[in-house]
Amino acid sequence: MRQFRLIRGVQLGIKNLMLHALRSLLTVLGLVFGVGSVIAMLSVGEGASQQALDQIRKLGSNNIILSSKKLVAEEASGARPAMMSIYGLTYDDDARLRESLPTVQETVPAKVVRLEGRLGERALELRVVGTTPDWFELVSRPVLAGRVLSNGDYDSNAGVCVLTETGARKLTATEHVVGQPISIGGNVFKIIGIVVNEKGSSSIPIPDQDVDAYIPLSTARERYGDHISRRTEGAMLREYVELHLILVQVDNTDDVEATAGAIDLMLKRFHKKEDYDISVPLALLKQAEATKRTFNIVLGSIAGISLVVGGIGIMNIMLATVTERTREIGIRRAIGAKQRQIISQFLIETVVLSSIGGVLGIGLGVVLPWAITHATKMPTIITMWSILLSLGISVAVGIVFGLYPAFRASRLDPIEALRHE
Amino acid sequence: MLATGASDGSLVRLEHVHKTYQMGSAEVHALAGVTLSFQEGDFLAIMGPSGSGKSTMLNLLGCLDRPTSGHYFLKGHDVGEMDDDHLSNLRLRELGFIFQSFNLIPQLTVQENIELPLYYLGWEAEASRLKAVELATMVGLGDRLQHRPMELSGGQQQRVAIARSLANEPSILLADEPTGNLDSATGKQIMELLVELNRSGKTIVMVTHEPDVAAFASHRLHMMDGVIDRIEESD
Repeated sequence: MRQFRLIRGVQLGIKNLMLHALRSLLTVLGLVFGVGSVIAMLSVGEGASQQALDQIRKLGSNNIILSSKKLVAEEASGARPAMMSIYGLTYDDDARLRESLPTVQETVPAKVVRLEGRLGERALELRVVGTTPDWFELVSRPVLAGRVLSNGDYDSNAGVCVLTETGARKLTATEHVVGQPISIGGNVFKIIGIVVNEKGSSSIPIPDQDVDAYIPLSTARERYGDHISRRTEGAMLREYVELHLILVQVDNTDDVEATAGAIDLMLKRFHKKEDYDISVPLALLKQAEATKRTFNIVLGSIAGISLVVGGIGIMNIMLATVTERTREIGIRRAIGAKQRQIISQFLIETVVLSSIGGVLGIGLGVVLPWAITHATKMPTIITMWSILLSLGISVAVGIVFGLYPAFRASRLDPIEALRHE
Repeated sequence: MLATGASDGSLVRLEHVHKTYQMGSAEVHALAGVTLSFQEGDFLAIMGPSGSGKSTMLNLLGCLDRPTSGHYFLKGHDVGEMDDDHLSNLRLRELGFIFQSFNLIPQLTVQENIELPLYYLGWEAEASRLKAVELATMVGLGDRLQHRPMELSGGQQQRVAIARSLANEPSILLADEPTGNLDSATGKQIMELLVELNRSGKTIVMVTHEPDVAAFASHRLHMMDGVIDRIEESD
């Protein structure tokens, strides 16, 4: 019976609203834009943070990335010819990390050098990473052709090279180059495979971003040594760097932050200056998630204001409706409607109105992000919870702002109401 | 039988009923001690000049208002003691209203208007529809069920209002100047319909100031300054 009355109530509500279709539409417009902008803003925020989170996740939440850092003071003195700047991570650091920290499961040392690569007609400066086969386990990417570096390659200082997708594209190489020779910095290497790598710019350093080729660390050390000489602005820049990167894998996520602290303490003991960076993806992840939360709170407040404004608009019109329909209320009361039945009639009508506004707003909130993505290439993600939240809020706005007009309607004196013109 | 005294088993019994309104600083005694009772099947016309208290009387009998002092018993229930919900319930189950200006709800169809009391009584849709069709046919509007009140003549609207007032099978029909907005020919038809209803056993209380309309009633109650002046009985 109650269910039947509710259905009838909703039908009656829709009917009454349809009598003034334009007015009803204008009434809910505030709510439509409120809900629409909430969903759209949340989708933009979600898209942006998802992008950041994805990049951070690519670094691996169990990993710590150590990189060599040239200090600014060092740079200035390095400008003087004949001076050599010595900085960064060393092979000893790598060995010590592995031996003295029990939570460290694995370390992958890497040298990064810029060398001229020559494949057929093409000659370009390449970013070459000399590393161990473990790299490919830690930075796991699909292999497009051939294979990646093996322990055999490392142990035998083999002259083999794995191109990345970026490198292959630069050299206009296809999978047919596997097995062919490539000249890197004057040495000939055999291409054994092509592997996918991270592309594009990112505020977070990703180890394999913009890498063109991989060679065994042993080979790199043997053929290029640890000295780097580069001519810049007429001066000779000479550097001595053993390792540019050490990727550290920690046994489990809970130990990551403590291990990062221990690594820092240990490195401090052996490095006079802080010529290294420690980057902890997990910490970045937590930070990004905190930022996202803050962002959502800000958006939520804006949304709250716009929904309150929308709700006041609805309340205003419902108060006018109650006045307009005073006589109807009187008739219903004379026939025997109880006060709470009058309340529920007007409350249902307001909730129907606000729900229609909510649904239209959701429509707007789905179209807007699509248009934003189309126009600006900004990623947007519409989450289910933002839609459900908006719908819930729309219903709540109807109830909250419908209560007072409905209460007013119910408290009208039936005799007075019947006399109302 | 109509009598100005307490008698048991009456449908309606008023005992020393007073109704006082506060108009600014002045007190208006709309009813100043009315004692009256009547039985089922009576057709009562309340007459009197404006301000005599006949509207107040009808509102009280219609449970739209409570007496300031005195007692009103409807089927043995003391109306003066009831809260708003109980008064509503009494109106819903025991009373039917007919108004001078018809008071149909304009956005509802004829059928929906007639069904309105049944909706509040919680009837099923199909049962209400059948009842509405039956009543509309009885008042001669069986072919106008889907019309809106605005599409009907005054007389037809009043017939719909009568059909609506009968939907809950009330103990008393209360009519407030039922012919006041109608021309005399249409008014006469409406009165004939009411007389017919009364003959079939319906109790009717009607307020009017027109003697020829009051002539249809079995008893005429003349009011003056908030009290019953005299009662006339037809043969």
